[in-house]
Amino acid sequence: MPGNQRPSQSDIFPEGSPAKMSWGKGEGSMDFEFSQEQEKFRRDVKDFLEGEMKQGTFKPSCDAWIQGFSPEFTKKVAQRGWIGLTWPEEYGGQGRSHMDRLILTEEMLRYGAPAACHWFADRQIGSAVLRYGTEEQKRDMLPKIIAGEAYVGLGLSEPEAGSDLASLQTKATEDGDDYIIDGQKMWTSCGVFMNYIYLLARTDSEAAKHRGISEFIFETDLPGITITPTIDITGSTAWAEVFFDGVRIFGNQLIGEKNRGFYQVVNQLDYERAGLERLMGNYPLFEAIVQFTKETHRNGKPLAQEPLIRQKLARLQTEFEVGRLLTYRVVLVMEEGRAPNVEAAMAKTYSTAFEQHLASISMEILGLYGQLLGESKWAPILGMAPHSYLGATGYSLQAGTSEVLRNIVALRGLGLPAS
Amino acid sequence: MARDFLMDKYPKALVREMEADENGYSPELWREMAELGWMGLVLPEEYGGSGMSFLDLTVLLEETGRACLSGPLFSTVVLGALPILAAGSDDQKQQYLPGIASGQTIFTFALTEASAGYDAGSVAVKAIADGDDYLINGVKLFVPDAHVADYLLCVARTGESTQIENGITVFIVDAKSQGLSYTPLKTMSGDKLSEVTFNQVRVPVANILGEPDKGWEIVRKIIEQAAVAKCCFAIGAMQQALDITVEYAKERKQYDRPIGSFQIIQHYCADMAIDIDGSRFTTYQAAWRLNEGLPSTKEVAIAKAWMSEALGRVTPLAHQIHGAIGSTIDHDLQFYTRYGKAAELSFGDGDYYREIIAREMGLS
Repeated sequence: MPGNQRPSQSDIFPEGSPAKMSWGKGEGSMDFEFSQEQEKFRRDVKDFLEGEMKQGTFKPSCDAWIQGFSPEFTKKVAQRGWIGLTWPEEYGGQGRSHMDRLILTEEMLRYGAPAACHWFADRQIGSAVLRYGTEEQKRDMLPKIIAGEAYVGLGLSEPEAGSDLASLQTKATEDGDDYIIDGQKMWTSCGVFMNYIYLLARTDSEAAKHRGISEFIFETDLPGITITPTIDITGSTAWAEVFFDGVRIFGNQLIGEKNRGFYQVVNQLDYERAGLERLMGNYPLFEAIVQFTKETHRNGKPLAQEPLIRQKLARLQTEFEVGRLLTYRVVLVMEEGRAPNVEAAMAKTYSTAFEQHLASISMEILGLYGQLLGESKWAPILGMAPHSYLGATGYSLQAGTSEVLRNIVALRGLGLPAS
Repeated sequence: MARDFLMDKYPKALVREMEADENGYSPELWREMAELGWMGLVLPEEYGGSGMSFLDLTVLLEETGRACLSGPLFSTVVLGALPILAAGSDDQKQQYLPGIASGQTIFTFALTEASAGYDAGSVAVKAIADGDDYLINGVKLFVPDAHVADYLLCVARTGESTQIENGITVFIVDAKSQGLSYTPLKTMSGDKLSEVTFNQVRVPVANILGEPDKGWEIVRKIIEQAAVAKCCFAIGAMQQALDITVEYAKERKQYDRPIGSFQIIQHYCADMAIDIDGSRFTTYQAAWRLNEGLPSTKEVAIAKAWMSEALGRVTPLAHQIHGAIGSTIDHDLQFYTRYGKAAELSFGDGDYYREIIAREMGLS
């Protein structure tokens, strides 16, 4: 480079490099600040959430994005135009950036707001319909989601099809213009609340397994559908088993191309993995445990002054900051119009490990008190710590196990040879 | 034999039932365990026991961990029988030990208070002399099985001294004494812990275990034995978690092959085995030293500190290998996670013991 010419970002970070960071200003500059508009938007979201908390609409809780079902709250979010924020205005969206959605969801998570009714539809179903749906499907489905009226459950996993999703067996058999659905889904997110289901089903049993799968979206109040809540290790029922017994749906409820569903869903999975919910699902616990150490005294001084406690919390804060930036990077890739396949895999693998660490450290800090559940007298911080400790067992499994995600980073990101 | 008995008589369906049960144990099973001699295992034959050693007890305790046995066996034997055997007068041994051996008497130990510490400085509940008695006032927390116990060994402060460990006395308190009240604490495991409030609870001088003001040495020994006992329980729980995980990894197929054929799963299982064996041998070492009457402070600390670390890796890996099914309440795996964690917290956690190790290393 010429002697006194500052290297440009392109010199240091080649095109497409994940290290190119800029979310406030335009291309070609590294900038870790948000724009005034973005800061104002963040403030608007915070003001809304703080107002709702003051009114008693909700209390901050962990995993509220997946377990906090509140149609009333979802309606209020919808009224502000905050569902489908990035979708085109012609369908009722706001046409805003992925970064704006990240700011919105970051604050929802920070405050532990009960967004589960609309989270899944907003996060990944809308984009699936936008990408692969017909004009009719877009005009039908997107406004309903945006209005906070469509709660869409995710029908992907089955008892024998977890990581190996392509092995799914739920069938969609053509019958005239219709399809007949038979089979079983499990771990259906939003399963207990949904009024629509996004379903991945087999439409060709003769083809190779990846090539015989199709995507559908349809209402769930149909004959032949049975929903059984799944009780998880924390005692909550965020997921459900869904049984399909001769369920008739319309042909125009197929999304995209028949038998191309697996290739269509792969992109959706990137969205599912991409968000800050993988890092901040338990942010209320993080704030609560820090506050706890400031307010709780031992041997005449706050826990927050004990070196061991300070080290543990400082580690957590450092790890959190790393996870935040890894997730922001995913959004930058999305803003460039690229599929964040590797970047989302990296961010989720990292972030869920942070959440597990947060729960573990919180339990260490609480000692004997950490085992007391929320309803128990003497339970500190509303019993969030044992709840998160137990719930954390699933974070590195949901939406792609950390093993599968590391494979993506290794094979697709680093070009390591497959076996 | 213990394993066969518990596998047969204490299936996971009963574990679930006992979690929901207010008492937390089955009287019928308790009687059967007494008939097998479990409560009197380490008690001399003159008191109706089998005269076996603390080491023999650790084998039994490990099996209770595999089975996730709840109920007052640990409290009665480790927290009641052992201290009375070690420090009780002949009259006290004669009065309490036969009842323990026969299964008729349940004991527990009330040490921790709101400060949740296991050091002498954390004892603030007071016992004041009143004629031939003492009056105990204060609140104990996290007392196991207090709500079903016949007697509690209560640790109270009877004198002040510049040496914080002086002035502590252990009392044998009748659980039905006037002034005692119990509030259950809802915990994440099957452990039935209580808040126990002492309101002018009268205890005769004859019920002091050992000598007045000199009880801390008894307490210290109880903590060491209890810590090793909890390690044994955790080893059993972790081993069972590994065993069912290996079986699952052999059977569960994804991508047309058993998941146990993937190298990372194999490495996870190997790591679990290494952690569990490390926990096993450090625990056996501590148990052996306690059994021999040798100084054991450092070895107990290493056993419990390591158990705490091992558990923090073993149960998450078991969950990771099981996939989502292991995170449902219907699956057995969550028992080992919850009960193992409770064992980790009980009688000193990793931070507590690493501090002791640091002192033993001469780092103070």
